[in-house]
Amino acid sequence: MNHLPLIIKREYITKVRNKSFIIMTFLSPLLFITLISVVSYLSQLNNDKSRTISVLDQSGLFKETFQNTDEIKFNVLQNKTLQESKDISEASEDYGLLFIDNFSKEETDNVNVQFFSEESASIGVISDLERIVEKRLTHLNLQEKGIDRQQIEDATAKITIAQENFKGVKSSEIDGWLKLIFGGAAGYLLFMFIIIYGNMIMRSVIEEKTSRIIEVIISSVKPIQLMLGKIIGTSLAGITQFVIWLILGGVLMTIVSFIFNIDMSQTQTPQQELINQAIQNPDVNIQAQQVWSAFSNMPITNLIIAFVLFFICGYLLYSSIYAAIGAAVDNETDTQQFMLPVLIPLILGVYIGFFTVIENPHGTVSTIFSFIPFTSPVVMLMRIPFGVPIWQQLLSLFILIGTFVVTVWFAAKIYRVGILMYGKKPSYKELIKWIKY
Amino acid sequence: MSKLLQVKNVSKSFGNHVALNNVSLSIEKGKIFGLLGPNGAGKTTLIRIINQITIPDSGTVLLDGEKLQSHHIQNIGYLPEERGLYKSMKVGEQALYLAQLKGLSKTEAKKRLKIWFERLEIGDWWDKKIQELSKGMAQKIQFVVTVLHEPKLLIFDEPFSGFDPINANLIKDQILKLREDGATVIFSTHRMESVEELCDDIALIHKSNKLIDGNLLDIKRQFKSGIYQVGLIPDSTSVEVEIVSKFKSAPAFFKSINNELKLNINLEAHQNPNDLLMYLTTKGQVTNFVEVIPTANDIFIQTVNNNN
Repeated sequence: MNHLPLIIKREYITKVRNKSFIIMTFLSPLLFITLISVVSYLSQLNNDKSRTISVLDQSGLFKETFQNTDEIKFNVLQNKTLQESKDISEASEDYGLLFIDNFSKEETDNVNVQFFSEESASIGVISDLERIVEKRLTHLNLQEKGIDRQQIEDATAKITIAQENFKGVKSSEIDGWLKLIFGGAAGYLLFMFIIIYGNMIMRSVIEEKTSRIIEVIISSVKPIQLMLGKIIGTSLAGITQFVIWLILGGVLMTIVSFIFNIDMSQTQTPQQELINQAIQNPDVNIQAQQVWSAFSNMPITNLIIAFVLFFICGYLLYSSIYAAIGAAVDNETDTQQFMLPVLIPLILGVYIGFFTVIENPHGTVSTIFSFIPFTSPVVMLMRIPFGVPIWQQLLSLFILIGTFVVTVWFAAKIYRVGILMYGKKPSYKELIKWIKY
Repeated sequence: MSKLLQVKNVSKSFGNHVALNNVSLSIEKGKIFGLLGPNGAGKTTLIRIINQITIPDSGTVLLDGEKLQSHHIQNIGYLPEERGLYKSMKVGEQALYLAQLKGLSKTEAKKRLKIWFERLEIGDWWDKKIQELSKGMAQKIQFVVTVLHEPKLLIFDEPFSGFDPINANLIKDQILKLREDGATVIFSTHRMESVEELCDDIALIHKSNKLIDGNLLDIKRQFKSGIYQVGLIPDSTSVEVEIVSKFKSAPAFFKSINNELKLNINLEAHQNPNDLLMYLTTKGQVTNFVEVIPTANDIFIQTVNNNN
């Protein structure tokens, strides 16, 4: 008799109706958004404070150079000694004092520029100041050598290398970034999903053991049915939660940024900034076109199919291991010794993905790891946007499915014996013995 | 009488540990069968094999003459010793779920559950959470779920543990009623008084071997030792000495309202109880004359000790 639908339904309903699950589902996006808002608000607040910097220019060559900006106000001092300037700056509680020593126009590469402040200055401010001074000095150098700045600007060339593969498919720099975002997001999503919902499966197996209902259930249902039912039911609950998170997160994000007028893009990871820099081309029109063509250049159909297949297989592979771990132990504290071997390949997959795939999506390391079953779902998902030959994808999927079948078989064995074992913390040796029972 | 369950030469070992060694049993239809044995004897392994939870290394199990198959699950109701319920589910939906796993349709399960809940006086628990129930209350639900699909074979492992005397009695009556309705019951317990009260046949398993099995009364007959418990208000003080010299006897202890002489008299092969009774009537007033029948408890302890 097939009880699988019944088990899946029960698992799903009890998971979804569980109070802490509901709270987590609706509170997490709220907390997340609040956190982001607070962080971005605070960082804005931090930057909003306009700083006053006193400038003592003894060369007299920087008169027009220091223009006030939103962030920095310049207070240009005149006819003061360095000591007097320092006193003034300190007394008026300035951010600091920029001191430019006198120099001759012929010796611009040896100018004494100093910054005095109460506390050590922020790196951002210093590099801003450096840029301003450098620009002015370069300008002076050019003047000295009799070169017009306009001429330089006219002579500066800018090119974008048009990329095209041998089959004639055009691509651009943005392609690379977009592919990376897609691959990275897919791989990372799988990673998160496995960790969150794998644990949930494990806990639900342990719960059945500790509540002692397992023997009642197992006298009506085959253990493998119960295990698969649990995995599928919990995963469906997980997908439900994920979808709610995405929708709720999106809606809240829009509302928050609308109401508080907070620019969410202010909080950026360095990677995002890199991407932004790559995208910051002057010509916006060409830009949009490039993004669009990058989109259409990606193997979208392949991407979606591969995402679904690798996601499902990878997730099932890991969740069956989680289920077996849950069956082997009596309580959650005993799971530690078995968790590490599960997490290592997973984390390895993510790191390999982020470091080697960026470097070279078709390099030896990333290719090999996209075939090893425990890392392949993550690594392959990251590689696919860059175009992986179909035979490689199929081979990797084939290996993954094979491993999945073997793992489920082993997990079911451990599960079958483990769920009826109470009171002792099994060793690896014992687990191997269970497989032979 | 036809056999409902036949266990033939079943062996099972876990690694180096032998849990069952060539055990054979047969259980007749409509009987209550007591499966006895000390802790760790292999009872639970045997029960799990009958429930197809564990697969035997060798040997076969026949239910109604058919080799055990997965569809037989519907014909067996099993109340394990380690039993529990999903803590976060409500009583009603949980019972429905478990009944459906046994192959009942939802509507049928609901109908039968209502009847059983009324019968056990738990009708108003339907929407309660398991967490709110006491252990005894949860046991009642488990009992209902075990018998709900009206299986041919019921297996109860320590069914009375956790029940107060009133509820234990309620459950006992239900078990007897189920047998009257045609169910066969396997009953595993350490409580010998309930074996005495309920079981028709028994088997004793010790250290993975079956030591005895058969009809409880037959076994008692085998184990009887010819001891009679006697109470006598003697005519003279010399009577006691006289009896002790004539018969193998030992002091006996039982409750009575007189201050009489109490003895356990062990008759030898050539002596017979009528002669003893006749002899005693000449020596005083007989207040008590009972053949000492070995209790299940005695049989259990004696057999296990002999095999240690």
